[in-house]
Amino acid sequence: MSTVILADNLTRRFGDFTAVDHVSFEAQTGEVLGYLGPNGSGKTTTIRMLLGLIRPTEGRAEVMGFDVQHDTERLRRQCGYMSQKFALYDELTVWENLTFYAGVYGVNERARLNETLKWVGLVGQEKTRTTALSSGWRQRLALAIAFIHRPRLLFLDEPTSGVDPTARRMFWDLIYALAEEGVTVLVTTHYMDEAEYCGRVGIMRAGKLLAMDTPSNLKAKALPGRAWDVFAEPLLKSLAVLEATPGVTRAGLSGDHLRAITLPGVDVNALHAALGAAGVTVAAVDAVEPSLEDVFLALAG
Amino acid sequence: MTNSRLLSIIRKEFVQIARDPRTLVLALIIPVVQLFLLGYAANNDVRNIPLAIYDQDRGPTARALIDAYRAADYFKLAYDVDSEAELRTLIENGDARAGLIIPADYSLQIKSGSSAQVAFILDGSDPTAASTALAAAQFIGQAHATAIMSERLQQKGQTAALTLPVDVRTQVWYNPDLASAYFMVPGLTGMILQTLTSILTASAVVRERERGTIEQLIVTPIRPWELLLGKLLPYTILALVNTFEVLVIGSLWFNVPVRGDLFQIALVSGLFLVTGLGIGLLASTIANTQQEAILTVWMTLLPSIFLSGFFFPLEAMPRFLQVISYAIPLRYYLVAIRSLMLKGVGIESLQPQIIPLIIFGLLIMSAAALRFKKRLD
Repeated sequence: MSTVILADNLTRRFGDFTAVDHVSFEAQTGEVLGYLGPNGSGKTTTIRMLLGLIRPTEGRAEVMGFDVQHDTERLRRQCGYMSQKFALYDELTVWENLTFYAGVYGVNERARLNETLKWVGLVGQEKTRTTALSSGWRQRLALAIAFIHRPRLLFLDEPTSGVDPTARRMFWDLIYALAEEGVTVLVTTHYMDEAEYCGRVGIMRAGKLLAMDTPSNLKAKALPGRAWDVFAEPLLKSLAVLEATPGVTRAGLSGDHLRAITLPGVDVNALHAALGAAGVTVAAVDAVEPSLEDVFLALAG
Repeated sequence: MTNSRLLSIIRKEFVQIARDPRTLVLALIIPVVQLFLLGYAANNDVRNIPLAIYDQDRGPTARALIDAYRAADYFKLAYDVDSEAELRTLIENGDARAGLIIPADYSLQIKSGSSAQVAFILDGSDPTAASTALAAAQFIGQAHATAIMSERLQQKGQTAALTLPVDVRTQVWYNPDLASAYFMVPGLTGMILQTLTSILTASAVVRERERGTIEQLIVTPIRPWELLLGKLLPYTILALVNTFEVLVIGSLWFNVPVRGDLFQIALVSGLFLVTGLGIGLLASTIANTQQEAILTVWMTLLPSIFLSGFFFPLEAMPRFLQVISYAIPLRYYLVAIRSLMLKGVGIESLQPQIIPLIIFGLLIMSAAALRFKKRLD
């Protein structure tokens, strides 16, 4: 294992706005590192700085051992990048898009192109115009392009936004396959379920990296309190009661029941008491393991 | 070793051009449309000005004067009126652009050997047409007067015809008929090389930025010059096709002579093309959208048209505009291409034009290349 990304207090300001605020983290070989955060939280700006596309205002970073500001070209050769807008030319066919980028990377072996196409499952679609592909297929072609020169590190910026759940799941299978071969993947997303697939997850909000750890560690440590599933009727009245109860930091609807996050000192009796006093019929109050969403909301809220 | 990066870009650009038939057709048709518009509409040649005549004399002597005007194709006898008021109305309506009033005693005056006065009225609202018509009217009048004078002298028994003390014989070289097309067609090649090329190049580069593909291209090992050259080459070819188009139609349809060497014409056009491409590239480094790029190119267009001598002679401009015109690359190309095509001079005598064109090309291209960075900020 060695460090492939080293970010040290990376900061980027656009005028008065701080897009990325003193972000520091490391990524090791073969990791699938998730970057979770709402739109505008600084995920894309971070990736762009790591690829030398924009300069940091403060701090420094090394990628594959190269300084992002001074060794940009050498660094880029070893990285693959799938930007938020899939970088496909609409007028070109699948094959033309692939051969174009292959040519630009100096990859000329036809076997490699076929192999790549097969890997993403686009064999037989070579002559299709990219515009005619569904977003799931476009995203796979974009991945094939980002990986055409067999980089050891892949940056995937929201690769699954706007893609249906089945296609998303299939895309993640491709990411795992890469990680198996020792490729490091940094992938941004705003889907909570996808964050669960990652080896480690960083949570971004307003330019700050709030936490970065494995999903289970985040759930165990990053949440300063406990999570509860509350089954009570009527639901909306119960919600109002919970929100007004001291020690409840967050309460919300979760399907047919309520999800409450409380301070560590609050126990099941306290919740029962509060709900009972308001005349709500309580079916059950269960202590549960917090989800990544709970962690995210607790940290980011 | 072949450069697969450069080749890939060139191939991709060609495919993109081919798959966008609307732009391609526009790019091929615009020069033809412009050529016909400028060849016909932007015509400074003054012919067949409608003339209203109020002949109060009605005698054969007056008839002779009218015939003198009729003979020149500057005027056509459109109206024969019976009152000054009628003539005035015709000119006011614009039905007639000129009027000739012959007094009732015209024949009498001529016969008695004194000086007869006729009035010639011109609508001056279009100064270009009016100044040509004015010169023509005066010239025809004087020629007619000289003829009458000569006749009188002969009648007095002098055998020798009247000889003027000074006889200025004018000759117009290269364009004896002073046809506007001769002037417009070579100029149009310059206009097209600059406008169409810079708009197409700027759009081609900015399109990558608009769609976000530029971000993907930047992280590849492609070098800036490879990207730029690869983008430019296809448009260079398109621009040369346009130039050829204009020259062929210009010479076959408008009979504009192509007296110079074709290779030299291509060479000078190619040289000017560098400037056109450079303007496009420079615009693309400033603009973020294709619209912005086109507007940026537009800003360079108006000074180029008006300060290069494309429409209006540089000599007629105020001094400070003449000075500014030295900074307009099209100015040099126009002089060079008009000389090459109309005068058939060789490239060797066009150094005062070619050297500035080389300097402009280098400056604009370097500026564009320097501004083009493999970064987003």
